[in-house]
Amino acid sequence: MAADRVSYTLDSTLETVNNAEETAGRMAAEAGFDDEEIMKISMAVREAAVNAVLHGNAYDPSKKVTLAFERTADDLVIVIRDQGKGLDASRIPDPLAPENLMKTSGRGIFLIRSFMDVVEIRPSKAGTELRMIKHVHGNPADSKEALQ
Amino acid sequence: MSMKSSTRQVDGVTIVDLSGRITLGEGSVILRESVRDLVSKGQKKILLNLADVNYIDSSGIGELVSAFTTCKNQGGELKLLNLTKKVHDLLQITKLYTVFDVKDDEAAAVKAFGK
Repeated sequence: MAADRVSYTLDSTLETVNNAEETAGRMAAEAGFDDEEIMKISMAVREAAVNAVLHGNAYDPSKKVTLAFERTADDLVIVIRDQGKGLDASRIPDPLAPENLMKTSGRGIFLIRSFMDVVEIRPSKAGTELRMIKHVHGNPADSKEALQ
Repeated sequence: MSMKSSTRQVDGVTIVDLSGRITLGEGSVILRESVRDLVSKGQKKILLNLADVNYIDSSGIGELVSAFTTCKNQGGELKLLNLTKKVHDLLQITKLYTVFDVKDDEAAAVKAFGK
């Protein structure tokens, strides 16, 4: 099956967050995922877009968010890039630790990792690239993993 | 896309009926302002009815935590009523389900508030 790719360049706005979520839901439906998986994928993309717009680009109108989808025979691959300072995911506290349970933020990356099969976060001085994969047929050989 | 909020009183408990999405932006702000407004008026027994909340993101989860803490810090109580499966599952995986007092029957929930 030939790869099917589409990408968008978006402003650092709340509208981008909503658009990213809606687009992800549509892509996931077209890829054949069921309703529950579509919800997980679109929510993971929403959380990634929030990170890019809010924490990465800090709503800076001069900075853009790029969102790319690639469909292969086995996977839906989604990549979101921002132009922020670079997210060091190792410094994000565990939101499930008792001392963090009542914090009002810090759950976005955790939810993304919970909902997707593979999550890679690549920070650099040019920004952060967050790459996430959902296996179309739920390939059990690849368990959830988070690579720095 | 947006969220709506309305309140009613039952036996000294303020029931906040929420509908729509509690997400970053308008939904989270409406929830925050509703709870702060109630607490500032001394209405500190708050039951959030989430039966018609079909979506919540990490920002919305944060607002629920904030609402709970705001109410508790003012000597009040905040409980959750009628979670949809999506919201229930999210509170489970974030380990918040046991932090909140979650009810599925309105009359029983109202009775569960302290006098």
